[in-house]
Amino acid sequence: METRKTSRRTFLSLSMGLPLGAALAACGGQGPTQTGAGGGTGTTSGGGAGKATYWYLSVEPNEGVRRRAVERFNKANPSTQIATTTLQNDAFKTKIKTAIGAGEAPTIIWGWGGGGLKSYVQAGAVDDLTSWFDQNPAIKDRLFPSAFGAATVDGKIYALPVECVTPIVLFYNKKLFDQIGAQPPQEWGDIMDLVKKFNAKGIAPFSLGGQSRWTNMMWLEFLFDRIGGPEVFQAIYDGEKDAWNNPAAIDALTKMQELIKANGFVKGFSSITADSNADQALLYTGKAAMMLHGGWTYGSMKQDGGDFVTGGNLGYMNFPPVTGGKGDPGNTVGNPGQYMSISSKATPEAKEIAKKFFATEMNSDAQAKDWVSISQVPIVKGVDAQFASSADSAWQKFVYDIASNAKSFQQSWDQALSPTAAEVLLDNIAKLFQMSISPQQFATNLNEVIGK
Amino acid sequence: MTVPPIPARGSASLAAVPGGQGRGLPWLAVPALLFFVAFGVIPLFGVFALSFTSWDGLGEIHLTGFDSWRAVLTDPGLPHALWVTFLVIALSWAVQTPASILLGTFLAGFQRYRAVLSVFYFIPLLLSSAAIAITYKALLDPNFGLGAGLGIPILVQDWLGEPVLAFGVVIFVVSWQFIPFHSLIYQGGVRQIPRSMYEAAEIDGAGRIRMFFSITLPQLKYTIITSSTLMVVGSLVFFDLIFVLTAGGPGDATRVLALEMYKRGFQANLMGPASAIAVILVLVGLALALLLRRLGGRDATHSQLEGA
Repeated sequence: METRKTSRRTFLSLSMGLPLGAALAACGGQGPTQTGAGGGTGTTSGGGAGKATYWYLSVEPNEGVRRRAVERFNKANPSTQIATTTLQNDAFKTKIKTAIGAGEAPTIIWGWGGGGLKSYVQAGAVDDLTSWFDQNPAIKDRLFPSAFGAATVDGKIYALPVECVTPIVLFYNKKLFDQIGAQPPQEWGDIMDLVKKFNAKGIAPFSLGGQSRWTNMMWLEFLFDRIGGPEVFQAIYDGEKDAWNNPAAIDALTKMQELIKANGFVKGFSSITADSNADQALLYTGKAAMMLHGGWTYGSMKQDGGDFVTGGNLGYMNFPPVTGGKGDPGNTVGNPGQYMSISSKATPEAKEIAKKFFATEMNSDAQAKDWVSISQVPIVKGVDAQFASSADSAWQKFVYDIASNAKSFQQSWDQALSPTAAEVLLDNIAKLFQMSISPQQFATNLNEVIGK
Repeated sequence: MTVPPIPARGSASLAAVPGGQGRGLPWLAVPALLFFVAFGVIPLFGVFALSFTSWDGLGEIHLTGFDSWRAVLTDPGLPHALWVTFLVIALSWAVQTPASILLGTFLAGFQRYRAVLSVFYFIPLLLSSAAIAITYKALLDPNFGLGAGLGIPILVQDWLGEPVLAFGVVIFVVSWQFIPFHSLIYQGGVRQIPRSMYEAAEIDGAGRIRMFFSITLPQLKYTIITSSTLMVVGSLVFFDLIFVLTAGGPGDATRVLALEMYKRGFQANLMGPASAIAVILVLVGLALALLLRRLGGRDATHSQLEGA
């Protein structure tokens, strides 16, 4: 009697706990349930006849620009409509991957290019657009050439670069620099000097959202470029054996750990995440003097930082050179653009609509103007002529000049590499910043996933 | 879901009714069984099959034999994740069990203030793990958190950035969240203990502490096993809270097996090795549950309740 009770009880507790793990692992294999959630207006299947589908990211103000682009197109083309679904950033990343895996992708596949796009190409999920660009040379010529690198896989173009360019820049708090009577760094040695000066005054030299890992990565991207030039990462990207062992790479990793050891970053930086914007708050509240971060934080600091940005207290500059380094100080890293591909599973009609959308609406003057009005810099050549009317023209001009003059615009490493290699990279970056592995161990661990 | 740990006398007599009523009972298990097969057993076989393949979640699934297993078993990350998982299980059990038993015993009293307190104690259980994690992360922020806000220097620590501290925080938050649930189980268990036992002990001159160790604890034996099974198997697959709170960091200090599986499967796009880890998780879970069941002992086939 009592045994039976116990065994049933144990069975119940077992059945409650175990399937969780199994289900978690299995849901990748089950495929997504397409519900069209998130305020979608149409079907989210592969794009029925007469309609193309397009998923895009929510959150204003960018969402508004994307929405108005589709509205303009649908109004001008009543017979060929685009149905949209909006999704939140992280939900989008998982959902688009599962949808492509299940053959249920939208007609227009939006993304960040690079390694993610490459994995779609290898799975045969997106169309080759090279010949389309050859037939429409004007479309290619209006855009920043640096935007095409992350759209190209094995010499073929699989995506149309769209939207905006966001380089990583060095932000600083002018008030704090005045307070200690210091100048912004002109080279790496100045950075190490400033670290001492700010620490002596009880101000954290650099803010960093270290828990997010890709935030730390931005530092390495610049150090690799400034010390060894863009060739160092290019060799890694091209899958050259033991490319992480390059002396320039080891030097950059060593300099990184020297900065951490010198208390270059705010105390507790590995507890801070970038999603909460706490790293930006440290800069505009005057707790940290400098921050290396993406250009997109300009808008949020302007919004959240009171009069910090409008009062002219935010300084910005490109990452300084390292004395003796090979990299051009004009080079930059970050997001050279966003990317739109066409699903190879879509119907011919839907593909035609998508191409028409690409040719007539994307990167059009109307859309470029819309981006400029929200302090962004679209990837269109000559767009700087429109900045004069904008309240943030100085910032926009700065970004435009970096993007249009950079000899190398390295795409963020975690986007450029395959998802498999990117995960190992981020993992080891976290350990490097924890000082739990040495530069050489870092290189050895990453050499193992080169070309994977 | 919470099966009363020691069957009430009412239900015991119900099950004992012979004939007609008993025959209908197995059918009651059918809906649960269907769900379990559809969402538990079938995916389990799917995962087992996937662990012998290589698949990035996008393209073709290729059979690769034991490649995924070799990759997982030779990776130094696996013993580390197993060790972290074991520590989470052991420490969260060691913290939660005594606290839950004491709280449960306390709440089993019928005084009004205890009823009020039990409502308050219950609150953490009503919050989602993600919400709890985000809240704690904000409270523990070294620059804008509770310590910095109130100016209490001892609270200004790199809570989630130091391996040992981060691990402690995880155990604390897990316990904070689940002690109420286990207290509830123990409250039920204590209330099932016949009052006559305490009355007899009182006549024999036993004090409160003596009664707790000689009556309450032994009578709670099965409740402890149930609650421990839930805790152990629950901590084994613990994911959401750790994922949001530390994301396995700093470095890999709080990377439990379930997190390792997620990272490989959905962040690194390696579904094969992730499935192999999932199979390991299932096996470890089964072994632990069986072990706990054995600990219950076979000799205890007889009820400790009077009259049963």
